[in-house]
Amino acid sequence: MSTQPAIGQSISRLEGFEKVTGSAKYAGEYNVPDLLYGYVVNSTITKGEILNFNADAALALPGVIKVFYYGNRPSLAWFNMQYADMDAPPGTPFRPLQDAEIKYNGQPIALVVAESFELAKYAATLVKVDYKEETFTTDLIANQASARSPKVGLATALKPPPPKPVGDFEAAYDTAFAKASGKFIHGTEHHNPLELFATTTIYEGKGKVTIYDKTQGTVNCQLYVGNVFGLHFKDVRVISPYVGGAFGSGLRPQYQLFLSVMAALELKRAVRVTLDRTQMFSFGHRPPTTQFTRFAAAADGSLRAINHTAIAETSRFEDYTEVVVNWAHMLYPAKNTLMEYKLVPLDVFSPLDMRAPGGSTGLHAVESTMDALSYQLGIDPLEFRLINYAEKDESTGRPYSSKELRKCYEEGAARFGWSERLPQPRSMKRGNKLVGYGMATGIWEAMQLPARAKALINAEGKLEVSSAVTDIGTGTLTVMTQIAADTLGLAMDDVTFSYGDSKMAFAPIQGGSFTVATVGSAIKAAGLALAKKLFRKAKQMQNSPLGKAKFEDVEFRDGLIALKAQPKAVIALKDIVSANKGRAIQSTNFNLPKVMKLKNYSRAAHSAAFVEVEVDEELGVINVTRAVTAVAAGKIINPKTARSQILGGMVWSISKALREETITDHNFGKYMNQNLGEYHIPVHADIHELDVIFVEEKDDIVNELGSKGIGEIGLAAMPAAIANAIFHATGKRINRFPIHLDDLM
Amino acid sequence: MHNFRYKAATSVSDAVVEVNQSAEGQFVAGGTNVLDLMKYFVAKPEVLVDVNPLNSLPVVSEYKEGVRLSAFATNADTAYHPIIEKRYPLLSKAILAGASAQIRNMATNGGNLLQRTRCYYFYDVNTPCNKREPGTGCSAIRGYNRMMAIMGTSEHCIAVFPSDMCVALAALGAVVNTDGMQGKREIPFADFHRLPGDHPEKDNNLLAGELITGIDLPAEGFAEHYAYLKLRDRNSYAFALVSVAVVFRLDGDLISEARIALGGIAHKPWRVLDAELYLQGKSATVDHFAAAAEIILQGAKTFEFNSFKPELARRAIIRCCKMALSPDTQLPGAQPSA
Amino acid sequence: MMDQQLISTSFTINRKEYKVSVAPWSSLLDVMRETLDLTGTKKGCDHGQCGACTVLINGKRVLSCLTLAVMKEGAEITTIEGIAEDGKLHPLQQAFIDHDAFQCGYCTPGQICSAIGMLQEGKAQSRAEVKELMSGNLCRCGANTNIIDAIMEIKEGAAHA
Repeated sequence: MSTQPAIGQSISRLEGFEKVTGSAKYAGEYNVPDLLYGYVVNSTITKGEILNFNADAALALPGVIKVFYYGNRPSLAWFNMQYADMDAPPGTPFRPLQDAEIKYNGQPIALVVAESFELAKYAATLVKVDYKEETFTTDLIANQASARSPKVGLATALKPPPPKPVGDFEAAYDTAFAKASGKFIHGTEHHNPLELFATTTIYEGKGKVTIYDKTQGTVNCQLYVGNVFGLHFKDVRVISPYVGGAFGSGLRPQYQLFLSVMAALELKRAVRVTLDRTQMFSFGHRPPTTQFTRFAAAADGSLRAINHTAIAETSRFEDYTEVVVNWAHMLYPAKNTLMEYKLVPLDVFSPLDMRAPGGSTGLHAVESTMDALSYQLGIDPLEFRLINYAEKDESTGRPYSSKELRKCYEEGAARFGWSERLPQPRSMKRGNKLVGYGMATGIWEAMQLPARAKALINAEGKLEVSSAVTDIGTGTLTVMTQIAADTLGLAMDDVTFSYGDSKMAFAPIQGGSFTVATVGSAIKAAGLALAKKLFRKAKQMQNSPLGKAKFEDVEFRDGLIALKAQPKAVIALKDIVSANKGRAIQSTNFNLPKVMKLKNYSRAAHSAAFVEVEVDEELGVINVTRAVTAVAAGKIINPKTARSQILGGMVWSISKALREETITDHNFGKYMNQNLGEYHIPVHADIHELDVIFVEEKDDIVNELGSKGIGEIGLAAMPAAIANAIFHATGKRINRFPIHLDDLM
Repeated sequence: MHNFRYKAATSVSDAVVEVNQSAEGQFVAGGTNVLDLMKYFVAKPEVLVDVNPLNSLPVVSEYKEGVRLSAFATNADTAYHPIIEKRYPLLSKAILAGASAQIRNMATNGGNLLQRTRCYYFYDVNTPCNKREPGTGCSAIRGYNRMMAIMGTSEHCIAVFPSDMCVALAALGAVVNTDGMQGKREIPFADFHRLPGDHPEKDNNLLAGELITGIDLPAEGFAEHYAYLKLRDRNSYAFALVSVAVVFRLDGDLISEARIALGGIAHKPWRVLDAELYLQGKSATVDHFAAAAEIILQGAKTFEFNSFKPELARRAIIRCCKMALSPDTQLPGAQPSA
Repeated sequence: MMDQQLISTSFTINRKEYKVSVAPWSSLLDVMRETLDLTGTKKGCDHGQCGACTVLINGKRVLSCLTLAVMKEGAEITTIEGIAEDGKLHPLQQAFIDHDAFQCGYCTPGQICSAIGMLQEGKAQSRAEVKELMSGNLCRCGANTNIIDAIMEIKEGAAHA
């Protein structure tokens, strides 16, 4: 190994130059000759059917090429299964332009294709649509009584149902020393990545297409397009080198992809479809969810009973689910538990995983109920967590592959200055501001999926690694390059990582904090296989200095294979390639999680968040003045980009607790604030001191890298910690997010 | 946007004629609101007359005892102008509480007065709205009305006027200069914007094709005691739930003159002269500020999602009065101070 | 049928002169991105609500999505592609890399152009004022603290220079 492994180094993003100079191209920025522009027409009603569709006025405009709708679209795949992507929940996937039926407000009903964007957009206003409207229901809170259990399907594998009840919750709760309960209301949220969804499809002739798409899964989109349009998979290439944020919104192929490919195939020309910001609210969202909790403890603070129930929205056609109620018993022991999760189908589009799906929802309820119970008991909230610290996963009885949550509590509390907290609510003040300290625990499952990776040594002796995986801003390019470099002991400069292209080695969708574990492990496997291959070839070379050495006897460093015992006995990797007649030496490997080993363990990243808020006593204005999140997530590949991931989660926490919400007007069954002016994500002036700690955590079980993924964990604990800090500051327990100033007046 | 014709104005009279030739003519200067509305197909002018070439006045010039602001100057140039910062700091603070730095670099003073409401339903051409399409009904009354008005509403419209700058102009008693087919006019600020009444489609009392050319500020700028406070759902770059402009002239401990104007609660900047008269001659105490707030908010009418607004406004008035006593406590972005 | 007005307009982008024939409804942003292939300036909302399209026109930061190209006759426009000179990064660009002041990178061109405009305006002194005057640029990845750190480094460096 080279003296300085790349893993663990704080390395600046390798695509930094491209991103700060504007040369990084995103899906909607591939300008090709004779490009046509598609603009989507969306339904203005919520439920019903199209009676009449007339595009004559639009088509009369010079430069308008075609208006596609259900009446003139090409014939498409027949079976639902062919529309089901890797992330499809149980049910019937939505098919754009399928028929006259309207299932939700904003449903895409037509695509206007024209020679310029403005022309297509204008022509779209001339399309006349007559509807037959039917009554609809979009209000979760008004329809909770109709909640039912979710259907089970393939996607359920990554989203286990609630654990079975344990003991006798009701009896234990009734007789307990201290109790706390809550009703938690979360509204709809939309991902709103800054980049608008866009697809540029280049028609290559003979049923072949090259597609630049904004997605979190190039292969997912390739398979979808192949299935839906009846194309050979090898004729469909989906490229996504730069993705301007996604946060889950790109986990499923979105309708602009379908429409762009359809138009390109039909018109045999390049077609770009870019959604506008309003349309960004029309294809998936974090579902509104109502939760009920009842927790009880004995006088010594030990938890006796946990009940957590969630009722969430889904669409009429798919049963989208989240893991909302499973967390409490993974974190805390109790002999009596009752967890339930139910759905209410409504006339909306299917919800879609959005950063820390389920976790950021459920942990708010769990951790704010824990907070309330700590006040009932008169025990410091942190001490209360320590009293109930679970050494194993209480919901399954399995040990954790590693769990350094205790260190998160200790180091986080020390950095924050938790010991200076006065226990009573409203007891800390700064001028006319009430000051509150709050904390909460976070957890997120460490998952791993199968993936392939390709590694090769080229004629210069440099390592080229590739995978179809995307980089949605998480630092994938940089981190994978680091992992690859260490497999052959190379310097970062001697390694290139290619990605974001479906023709490269298979990778699943990028989400759920499993990309490093999944693709990184595949790269490590490919690198190891390549090393062995190089070693074999090196031994076969004339006058090989490696002699009869075994693989264990050599090390890879500085572009060489060297005998450990005789550091001067070396062969340069490029010489091995020369001896191979200049042909690159490569290995493509499929890497599977070690299921038999893993099933004996629970695997999860943990965190502890500590938050200070200031609340204006008279006006209710809230500021998160400082916050610390301490994270235990195994090996941190790149502390610099990892810190940014957690910071991002912390900003999202502030947003979730205090800022963002999609407003639905149930009279119209539609979202009303479908823009970034009124859908409030935080501005710079909202964000104050944020601090991140990664605690040491060694894990030889979770995967080959010992790394757990950090995309979600930054958003797991802190929303609840903010709500808890607000309670400490004001004495008001507000369980509806986002919390606004008028809640605190 | 709809297809429209663009014309760069060569003179005020030329611009006015050009706009009046078409029933759907519209002026454009900064474009920050009209282009936004055109992209949503809320505004559909046939001709857009660019009045930027008419910007011959300095940003700020001495006029009578006060100053004249060019209607064509940007909000940023106005807010940061040394004369405004020195003599009319309330105006500077209010402008800087609005929008973003980029928008303030584009938006003009005349355009600021002509902003349309940010009511969700006004902006959504697929919902009924009396302001956008008279006679279709008001969706906001039974809809999501957190942002909506509590004073001076009508059964036809409960929209609010979104400007910050205009709240300060109302408090300062500005005069709007216009030019049009009927010649030049000087409109006192209180008479410029309208309440919705039976005609919510009319935001103000400009005549068809009339152009704002300047805004006059009287001599008294209240540079000693002033404050602008804006309360909203994020710390910056959001419209006000409630905003307050307060200026005082003090004579020892007594208030010799007070002006209080509110934004975010009505279809126009809201001033109640009785409350200002009440404060006259009184000591600058919280009790008197509270009593003035009661007078201002008498008759407030709330809706399902904005029932908090009268109480928020009451508290904001009291705080802003306190801030005006020591203006140096003001924080960036018109945040509440200690 | 539609009578489409086309107007010949000239302006300079990144010290290079352009002459385009554009319809009045074309925003400067779309003309740059679609016609001139200057895609470094980003479209995040098209309504002046996110700041991703920020460019410098005659030295001032403005939103190119709310600017009609026909209204910019004779203007001197600087976009993110013109911030580095001769392949050498502007110090603020380097500071963005050093502070990891971006993740997905989509808001980055707007943040950088806006920050350069802000520094030239010279109105922000404290960190709180910088945050307030940068609040017209949204970042959905949550790189806010790193962005402000990068700007403060350059601002304080300039103050000490």
